[in-house]
Amino acid sequence: MADALVEFDSVVKRFGDFTAVETMNFTIDEGEFIAIMGPSGCGKTTTLRMLAGLEEPSEGEIRMQGRVMNHLPPHERDTPMVWQSLALFPFLNARENVEFGLEMRGVDAAARTKKALEWLDRLEISEFAERDINSLSGGQKQRVALARSLVTEPKILLLDEPLSALDANLVIRMQSMLTRLQRELGITFVYVTHSQSEAFAMADRVVIMSRGHIAQIGMPRDIYRAPENRFVAEFVGRNNIISGTVKSTSGKMVTIAGSLGQFKVAFGGAHQPVVGDAASFVIAADLVHLSTTKPKAGNMIECSLISEEFIGSVVTLFLEAPDGSEFKVQIQERELSDMDLKHMGRVFVSWASDRAHFIGAC
Amino acid sequence: MKSNRMLKWFLYGYLALVLIFIFAPIIFSVIFSFNSDRFPTIPLGSFTLKWYETIWQDPDVWEAARTSLIVSFSVATIATLLGFATAYTDYRYRFKLKPLYLALILLPPTIPLIIMALAMLAWFAKIGLAGTVTSIIIAHSVLTAPFAMAIIRLRLSQMDATLEAAAWNLGADQWRALRRVIVPFCRPAIVSSFCLTAAVSFDEFAIAWFISGLNKTIPVIILEIVTGNIDPQVNAIGSFVFLTSITLVVIAQVVLMTRDKKEKVNHG
Repeated sequence: MADALVEFDSVVKRFGDFTAVETMNFTIDEGEFIAIMGPSGCGKTTTLRMLAGLEEPSEGEIRMQGRVMNHLPPHERDTPMVWQSLALFPFLNARENVEFGLEMRGVDAAARTKKALEWLDRLEISEFAERDINSLSGGQKQRVALARSLVTEPKILLLDEPLSALDANLVIRMQSMLTRLQRELGITFVYVTHSQSEAFAMADRVVIMSRGHIAQIGMPRDIYRAPENRFVAEFVGRNNIISGTVKSTSGKMVTIAGSLGQFKVAFGGAHQPVVGDAASFVIAADLVHLSTTKPKAGNMIECSLISEEFIGSVVTLFLEAPDGSEFKVQIQERELSDMDLKHMGRVFVSWASDRAHFIGAC
Repeated sequence: MKSNRMLKWFLYGYLALVLIFIFAPIIFSVIFSFNSDRFPTIPLGSFTLKWYETIWQDPDVWEAARTSLIVSFSVATIATLLGFATAYTDYRYRFKLKPLYLALILLPPTIPLIIMALAMLAWFAKIGLAGTVTSIIIAHSVLTAPFAMAIIRLRLSQMDATLEAAAWNLGADQWRALRRVIVPFCRPAIVSSFCLTAAVSFDEFAIAWFISGLNKTIPVIILEIVTGNIDPQVNAIGSFVFLTSITLVVIAQVVLMTRDKKEKVNHG
């Protein structure tokens, strides 16, 4: 494990009566690509702004390489940011924009021009060096903004939803460029986004935030397959959450009884089931087996088909469980076409116990 | 369709009338400044540059022109500086008494000129500045600073709010961010505010007349000539004043508009 570059130590940020970030503890490692993700208003941007020194923590400490950063003004930090609006200076051309940070650091004119051109070249936009910022396309502006932030060779780069204004195709291209760049440079990227696909596609670790709290920190796969709580399970998408009470436990298996029947769920990790307590588990929509005939045994629910959503090779089916709740199933389109499903027709969903994920009472 | 067409012509006509009412006196003044007759009557006499020669040779007019130029240049500088400072304060900071602060800044143009002129005269007399060029500069700066503030404030309101933070983020302290980002962004507004405040000061009569004393500005000398007798000299001076003012105003407009257009095209 690499050294911690940034430490958040019980950081709280309040704006008047509103608490934007509440007792946040986590570390960012050197050379790591970390994504902070959450719905709007969850405190992710505030966290980033505190790192850049644009907001001061109300309580707690932010340390960078062991040094307390709380009161350090933004211009004395080396924490360049790529802004959501890009914030390129409209009265400067592309090269002058890139040179800005070097100029502020007192680099002489010849050296900074050379450096700026190198970076524009690296990001494949050197032909636009002398162009007016406003005459560039969205993707080109994006690259100028990146070059402007990276030209001073910082240890850490902050990115605040930088791809949110681009169209879908360009987003994919920029994603691969960002991951490649981060790997080549070996510096830390802190990437704030509300987009799950962006976070999961690029980040080594993802921080999920909800209402100023950290809901979960982990690798994208863990967050996707093993959400620690209901919020993460719901936020991450196509998950079914089933609630009930713990009926019995045996070894690494817990039986949960609820309005939809009894289910066996494997558990391990954070949440310890206690007999009699309320508990929930998650079964991902793509881990469910669908059939028109009743399976012999195991975890199953009899549902009726309500609607389907076709997005290409994968289809999401929306089913209704006997208690009226929605149950989502994701299967391959070709599998579905082999089955003869009718609207409101009867289907069985079933899954192996080790596919389900126990999340306790939360 | 037909009624649309009629409405269009009606509006054109209306516009023409407005323009005629505004510009007819000025145009006539310019025409009569080249007319050889002493009295402004039609038919016109012959073409002459006599009146321009007269004012060219009049040391009082030269003195007034010099005063006016000094005053309007100083006023433009001071008012634009004040206007920028207040507009930036408004843009950047939030504080309790801000509405009061803004009201106070925008107050001068709402005070009747005569009242303001009298108050200024009394005040300058008290502090021993009455009749000096400095007093005219101060009075005109008070009068025009709100215009400068309004123009620059409008420009600041069009600025991406993260632009200044981006400069800090790249290592600029507050002063350098101001100098390297805010001022360049506001440049069109600053230039146009400079021109407009200069024009207003150059034209301003009421306050100047009250407090100028022996340091007469151009509008004051015009009145003096007119009160003495009817003299086409005033037409010549008037044409000169009009030319100066309209040039400043046109520059101000062009600077503001070209910038707007450029940004609009590229955002589209």
